[in-house]
Amino acid sequence: MAPPHLHLAVALDGAGWHPAAWRRPDARPADLFTARYWVDLAQEAERGLLDLITFEDALGPQSSRDDGPDDRTDQVRGRLDANLVAARVAPLTERVGLVPSVVVTHTEPFHVSKAIATLDHISTGRAGWQPRVSALPSEAAHFGRREVQPDELLDEAADHVEVVRRLWDSWEDDAEIRDVATGRFIDRDKLHHVDFAGKWFSVKGPSITPRPPQGQPLVAVLATDADEHRFAAQAADLVFTTPHDVEQARLVEARIRDEQVLAGRAHEDVHVFGDLVVHLGADAASRKAQLDELDGAEHVPDAPVFTGSAAELADRLQVLATAGLSGFRLRPGAVPEDLTAITRDLVPELQRRGLFRTSYDTGSLRARFGLPRPASRYATTAGGRP
Amino acid sequence: MTKQIHLAAHFPGVNNTTVWSDPRSQSQIAFSSFVHLARTAERAGFDFLFLAEGLRLREQGGKIYDLDVVGRPDTFTVLAALAAVTEHLGLAGTISSTFNEPYEVARQFASLDHLSGGRAAWNVVTSWDTFTGENFRRGGFLPEEQRYERAERFLRTACELFDSWRGDEVVTDKETGTFLTDPRAGSFAHRDAHFDISGRFTVPRSPQGRPVIFQAGDSDAGREFAASAADAIFTRHGTFRAGKEFYADVKRRLPKHGRSRDELLVFPATTVVLGDTDAEAHEHAAHIRRQQVSGQTAVRFLEQVWNRDLSDLDPDGPLPEFDPVPGENTIAKGRASTRQHRDPIAVARQWRELAQAKGLSVRELVIEVTARQSFIGTPETVAAEMDRFVQEDACDGFILVPHLTPGGLDDFAETVVPLLQERGVHRTEYTGGTLRENLGLPPLPAPRHRERTAS
Repeated sequence: MAPPHLHLAVALDGAGWHPAAWRRPDARPADLFTARYWVDLAQEAERGLLDLITFEDALGPQSSRDDGPDDRTDQVRGRLDANLVAARVAPLTERVGLVPSVVVTHTEPFHVSKAIATLDHISTGRAGWQPRVSALPSEAAHFGRREVQPDELLDEAADHVEVVRRLWDSWEDDAEIRDVATGRFIDRDKLHHVDFAGKWFSVKGPSITPRPPQGQPLVAVLATDADEHRFAAQAADLVFTTPHDVEQARLVEARIRDEQVLAGRAHEDVHVFGDLVVHLGADAASRKAQLDELDGAEHVPDAPVFTGSAAELADRLQVLATAGLSGFRLRPGAVPEDLTAITRDLVPELQRRGLFRTSYDTGSLRARFGLPRPASRYATTAGGRP
Repeated sequence: MTKQIHLAAHFPGVNNTTVWSDPRSQSQIAFSSFVHLARTAERAGFDFLFLAEGLRLREQGGKIYDLDVVGRPDTFTVLAALAAVTEHLGLAGTISSTFNEPYEVARQFASLDHLSGGRAAWNVVTSWDTFTGENFRRGGFLPEEQRYERAERFLRTACELFDSWRGDEVVTDKETGTFLTDPRAGSFAHRDAHFDISGRFTVPRSPQGRPVIFQAGDSDAGREFAASAADAIFTRHGTFRAGKEFYADVKRRLPKHGRSRDELLVFPATTVVLGDTDAEAHEHAAHIRRQQVSGQTAVRFLEQVWNRDLSDLDPDGPLPEFDPVPGENTIAKGRASTRQHRDPIAVARQWRELAQAKGLSVRELVIEVTARQSFIGTPETVAAEMDRFVQEDACDGFILVPHLTPGGLDDFAETVVPLLQERGVHRTEYTGGTLRENLGLPPLPAPRHRERTAS
């Protein structure tokens, strides 16, 4: 029997994940704030048949410190709103999934819900969302309304995602009837107040945006510790984890399954990906060393770093996948070079091994992951729960 | 000098002016509809496409209103996508200053301005009701008199964020490893009664510096706000006389804010109905009015004034003999029109007299009193009339509100626009690089250089 296909995602951020990546000869740092730059990268990812692209975001500047902005001038600082970048790219791509990060800590679930629903409408079913929390007092100060309680942020985020999901369901699929005979544009019995009341906010609903094409756009969560694993198992369809070896991958995968059961989601498909920062090519190790030297320190991200050839990476992915991971999110150390190494070297290598598809399927992003299109939880018609 | 006419396209929204029952009416959500209207507008050299906003579905009598179009996409997301399929068209979004935060909105508009190459515009509006507030963390909280104050502070705060990058910080010198020249680029600190925020803004200065600012609102406070801070003002004054009065009033307010007459453009919302003859156009207009105001729509409209259930009322019969329920209007939620009838009993009396004098049924009365069709006639008639409005200072241009989605401006673009071009009052090609330039607005002053020290 042929081995199952791996899923492959790519994470885009600035000039790449290495802080000195913008200084590589083919980097385009002057274009970072232009649409053309992001369209070029997204189209390259699509040429590689990748499942989806994540777009990083935060409500404060990039920093080499954990506790707030720094004053460095030798690294990329500044970033466009990830949802708008994804929306700008959507009409110029056809198949690749588009998954922006959106911070949930200071934002309104109502706004986030309609933004991602609209991204799904615009991309005809290719939208996802990576909810992120913001624990930094410096980012809270951008909103100036409250003190952040770090130990509550993930619970609040879970409520946020729950409200967003309810709002996506608040229109049944066939709510718009355009019944000229009775003069009714909608069947209002198929629109529902979500009536959420929680510790941090309450939201009435329904959404102003009709149910998105996927019903529930893909929710993806990066989870690097136990608390985040729990949140991911509660909220996500797709979890990005950061295991350094097969043993760790097995443990993390098992932990997420356990948490899934505790969250009452044992019957739902939750995909677990491994995240890797990748520098690819015969000279990858020396390129990475050069970047470290330019930056003045070794780059130590939250995910494992891989340096080596595409074939070596394929070997590594193949081994890691035996832990039960359904795919990987690769974070290119520098773009475009490490992105094109993924699309032009790694993907063909995986295809040769029968581990990656050779064309895009035609369905939605959910369908690509074998996820059903759920009925609205409020559906009054056949198939839904009343 | 001959004034140039500025034109904008409103995407038909959620009210009874949008005729969804027409066979030509298509989706108000599908992206293809937005692309159609945007490309029509761009082919015709329009300045911008304009989206309105609603943050809670309207309800009447405790039920979601079902007779009009319901549902709209997220403004920022759809505008960013439209930037991909247009090159010159301005992209104007209505964003509430009540249920948003300056940092987030400024970040989204600055991003949109980058991603569109300088075509973003922001219609700054206020929201007032606790009904809408039930969808948000903040809830409903602002007394009416503080709404413009918050809006004004909100805009001022956002502008400080837009100005927090001067525009020359990003140098990306690979050799020296200098990405930024200023370690504190984007630093800001703002404190007033509404906002107390500080930190670092993450979006470098955008092509326009900030989005073009639009303001809608006809109250004295609204006019003053526009005169002090907006680049354009939207109005409902569709007649020549009312337009001239409004125009003179808002332009007169500019000098005391240190601004000149050409720094604020006046845009009435306008509908156009065309025909091969003027008579045919008027017939067509009457037909559209009947499409817009069904019997049920007329009864629901009357309920908003009478402030009670009138579902037993015959729309083809006379107006009710009884008076409206006095006091707070509780029947309609989430729509603006109820606020327009400050004295419902007087309005009812007036309408009964009008209906009696002209022999109008409920439906005919509503058609008569809510008519807002502005330009009706042959393309020649309409082009000449619009030109007169602009040349004689009743306005600087028009926001065209079509009644069909998304093809409602096709005829206008094909027949009236060429006539305006022949008259030399409308562009045949875009000359500016940004929306601000296309609107003929003076350049913004560069942000003041602030000394920053690393800390």
